Amino acid sequence: MSEAQTQAGADYGSQFRGQVSDEILITVKDLKMHFPITEGIIVPRKVADVKAVDGVDFYIRKGETLGLVGESGCGKTTTGRCILRLETPTAGEILYDGKDICQLNNKDLIDVRKKIQVIFQDPYSSLNPRMKIGEIIGEPLKVHGIIPDEAKRRERIGYLLGRCGLHPDFADRYPHEMSGGQRQRVGIARALAMEPEFIICDEAVSALDVSIQAQVINLLEELRDEFKLTYLFISHDLSVVRHICHRVAVMYLGHMVELADCDELFDHPLHPYSQALLAAVPIPDPDLEKTRAHTIIKGEIPSPINPPSGCVFHPRCPLAVDSCSQNIPDFREVRPGHWVACTEV
Amino acid sequence: MGALLEIDNLQTHFFTSGGTVKAVDGVSYDVNAGETVAVVGESGSGKSVTALSILRLIPKPPGEIVGGEIRFQGKNLAFCTEDEIREIRGRDISMIFQEPMTSLNPVLSIGLQLTEPMMAHLNMSEAEAKERAVKLLELVGINEPRRRIEQYPHHLSGGMRQRVMIAMSLACEPKLIIADEPTTALDVTIQAQILELMKNLTREMNVAMIIITHNLGVVARYADRVNVMYAGRIVETGNASDIYHRPRHPYTLALLKSVPRMDRPRQAKLDPVDGQPPDLTRLDGGCSFRPRCKFAIDKCKESYPPLEEMGDQHYSACFRSKESLAEIEL
Repeated sequence: MSEAQTQAGADYGSQFRGQVSDEILITVKDLKMHFPITEGIIVPRKVADVKAVDGVDFYIRKGETLGLVGESGCGKTTTGRCILRLETPTAGEILYDGKDICQLNNKDLIDVRKKIQVIFQDPYSSLNPRMKIGEIIGEPLKVHGIIPDEAKRRERIGYLLGRCGLHPDFADRYPHEMSGGQRQRVGIARALAMEPEFIICDEAVSALDVSIQAQVINLLEELRDEFKLTYLFISHDLSVVRHICHRVAVMYLGHMVELADCDELFDHPLHPYSQALLAAVPIPDPDLEKTRAHTIIKGEIPSPINPPSGCVFHPRCPLAVDSCSQNIPDFREVRPGHWVACTEV
Repeated sequence: MGALLEIDNLQTHFFTSGGTVKAVDGVSYDVNAGETVAVVGESGSGKSVTALSILRLIPKPPGEIVGGEIRFQGKNLAFCTEDEIREIRGRDISMIFQEPMTSLNPVLSIGLQLTEPMMAHLNMSEAEAKERAVKLLELVGINEPRRRIEQYPHHLSGGMRQRVMIAMSLACEPKLIIADEPTTALDVTIQAQILELMKNLTREMNVAMIIITHNLGVVARYADRVNVMYAGRIVETGNASDIYHRPRHPYTLALLKSVPRMDRPRQAKLDPVDGQPPDLTRLDGGCSFRPRCKFAIDKCKESYPPLEEMGDQHYSACFRSKESLAEIEL
């Protein structure tokens, strides 16, 4: 990326979306995550692979929010889980502060995990129903020995709850006593407890009603500015992604098909899949909807066990030519900062 | 001729140990033949309960329709006998549910589930019904329909199952289809396919549709008229253009301001409604949106504002609809 472009990105960010530095926090290189499918109970043998993530490259700068979008099964969640080392990738590198997360031993991994936190989609299943809210938020502080003193820890929990818009008394409640929006705030408070640098938001606002969703989006933005956080924002909701992200990556069937600055991607999508995805999203304006072209792509996402040869999108692609079924397209930079994996654009 | 379906002051309450939940508390709306009407609202606003009440699918106990009328072609469905409603269910009025995974019976083949309503309602023989089932599957865009009718729901993807649900809902050529969050569980490209299919089929066959959703984009794309619900009541009703461009109720306005827009660069921070929806067991006599409303005045505490006419077929239930919001352009 050219210097001018980086500068423009940083300026743009400061206008609405917080300050972005030039420093790169995390780099993902040719990440692959294949899950084996086995047959046989006593002597399992591998019969195939689910290629959930199959060669993904990107980087995220400090203070930046990168959106990762795509439909179910495209590998966006698996990518997030690999960064957290909840999965051990089949191949590739994940460089965080210059260290490859995939190669770390358990002791070093603990240090990295203090800096990387996650907020999950489902506020109902991601909180232990038998633990009080205070215990849920305080556990990492206790485990990592950051605040061993009980009273001080309680104080910190109260502060975190307050910062996330909840009354400190919630510390003594159980998750079932709270609404979905409140639980998601607890999930955010838990992620903040370790004072992380980097948070992976995996569909963090998708399960919430619109008015509650807007409150949580605003909270995430405030926290990003206040604590200088970097987000990987995984979502299928393109409207939310356009609102919150600096740059956006589009994934399809384990591959990254397009990556660009947020407004560039939404205003000038180049990959036929990105175009189809954007056209499919209805916009809350009936007059606009009447005049908008509704190009709808046919068919469904193929199985990642036996993905199409060549470009994985070619069976559904309106631009496909013969060579698309043979050659895997390079992920190339067609404009400064705008990357696309398609030979026909 | 009156409307196809007239809901008049419907009240559906649930009697629970924690008190009476007034899930639907005086809802009225009409659906004309061939028209698509949307009901929007957040969880707990009563939009699904209203729909389930139309087909009398409210589990009793704890739920009960305690008042009001649901007139379908002149017949009051709210208080007709069980045999009478069975004649209508699946034949004149059919329903598409949100979860294509759980709303099909997993141990019966697709063909059996499709032919059952036709054999029950239209007195078709098994062979005739099967022929029609194949045609219906073709119509909803399922390839190899002859093979598919032998298959079971777990053989199909979510989008395909929803197509099967649509085929089932069309089986007896109904006059009205109620679609409760029909695409919420689907990916956006599949959602676009399914909604386009529903729109084309309902137009071709002149079927009316009630589409229940929380997605304001879906409503904008597909509905002729919109009802906005909050805490068991309709707070605003009108044609889609009025609702989106000239909202008169503070809740509608707040809802529109809460959704980020994908079609234009970010303008500002979102402006969400503070607080949470009210506890439906503890509603007082005043406006239920009052605690979260920026425009609330003392009068809002005293009585619930009635739906007042704002323009052609445009009604809003707010004491201040005529003044404060008039200036605001979206």
